[in-house]
Amino acid sequence: MDTPLRPSSILAEKLAQGNLPASACYQCKKCSGGCPLTFAMDLLPHQVILLSLLGQEDKVLSANTIWVCSACETCTTRCPNGIDIAGVMDWLKEENLKRGRTVPQPEVATFHRYFLESIKAGGGRASEATLVRRFTLFKMRRKFDFQELKENMKLGWRLFKRGRLRLLGSHAPKKQAEIKELLRLIKS
Amino acid sequence: MTPMKVSYYPGCSLENTAVDYAASIAGISPLLDLELEEIADWNCCGATAAHSINHELALALPARNLMAAEKMGRDVVAPCALCFNRLKVAEKALKNPAGNPLGLSYQGAIKIWDLLAYLTQEDYLQVLAQKVVKPLKDLKAVGYYGCVAARPPEITDKKDYENPQNMERLLQVLGATPLDWSFKTDCCGAGHALARPDIIDTLAQRLYERAYAAGAECFVVSCQMCQANLDLTQERISKKFGKPYYLPVFYFTELIGLALGHPQVKEWLAKHLVDPAPLLKGKGIID
Repeated sequence: MDTPLRPSSILAEKLAQGNLPASACYQCKKCSGGCPLTFAMDLLPHQVILLSLLGQEDKVLSANTIWVCSACETCTTRCPNGIDIAGVMDWLKEENLKRGRTVPQPEVATFHRYFLESIKAGGGRASEATLVRRFTLFKMRRKFDFQELKENMKLGWRLFKRGRLRLLGSHAPKKQAEIKELLRLIKS
Repeated sequence: MTPMKVSYYPGCSLENTAVDYAASIAGISPLLDLELEEIADWNCCGATAAHSINHELALALPARNLMAAEKMGRDVVAPCALCFNRLKVAEKALKNPAGNPLGLSYQGAIKIWDLLAYLTQEDYLQVLAQKVVKPLKDLKAVGYYGCVAARPPEITDKKDYENPQNMERLLQVLGATPLDWSFKTDCCGAGHALARPDIIDTLAQRLYERAYAAGAECFVVSCQMCQANLDLTQERISKKFGKPYYLPVFYFTELIGLALGHPQVKEWLAKHLVDPAPLLKGKGIID
């Protein structure tokens, strides 16, 4: 049997403090109606908002939805109550990581982490080649798929031949002290 | 039109997978008397990764670039939809009358543009109309705008965010045939390209189908993420869905180069995975 619903306003208050007030939602479902990613979601965007308002932290923080959202901003743009729904998705992702919870979409979370680390490795600019290399290794360690690896290598080679994959990193900005100070915000 | 000079924020992709976009921009700007001065020492805007999991960094990174642009004193132009969007996010935060979270003093006299919006100002369209030497006759194209160049309007300050028209106006000036369709601002899956390629496959295949339904022979994009997701994946998606799609994905700047007779257009187009040559040869646009 499901545990009885115990509404709490804590999550809604935290969102409001983070400049993401959601309490004006009247469940018109316009966000879910326009969302192009619903086919890959477990909760629909309007459900994430409703469950957040009801304080159902566990449900929203363990949802695939918050990681599957591509931040196309259609929901935020169309919300008649001015709720930054895509912003709520971001807030929930960061909160999930802060609490050290299990991430239901480890590929997506790892990609984001590697991306930020690639900025660090590149001295302030992202290196797509480094990112692709690391991410491919991560994926193959999780589940080795020879066919996928072969396809990726082939794609990489075709891009390299066309000069679309720079292997030697990117041009780093010169003011490295300033950049390093900024990049201290990346904890890895 | 008097020669113009603006500050330029290329963004990381233009040094990597979007070198064709970068080359076409560098190629056409002198033809339009437009000087792009790169912001010295720019850094990555943090992209989707930063705003997804590190909101402080997501503001601090573009804010540094914006402060550098302000020092240069001219409007700043970004070719990438997300770079543009993050600069605008920083602008809104730094101009917040309640005080900005980074304690930076930003005057806000410069304007932030995405490249497509900049080059489709009325004056430029007129200049372009005069300079077309090779009209892109009969090229049936759908315009595909990057999501976050338009959305959300509170950040981008765009008026026609649901149904932008500037790409179509440009295509008309270049002699092409822009087609109407309802998916010009629908998402391609963007930054999920590596983590969830299955999502890109679903979204991109949907776009191929809708483009065909509109009668299109190609896409025209103004975002390098859109280009990558529609171009690099086309062979894979064709195999997966058992249907041989052929829809070249042009940057609007490449088409400007083509119509204005830039000598290096073929080099830019050779970097695409979906080879546009058969389509363009068939139309008599290239030899």
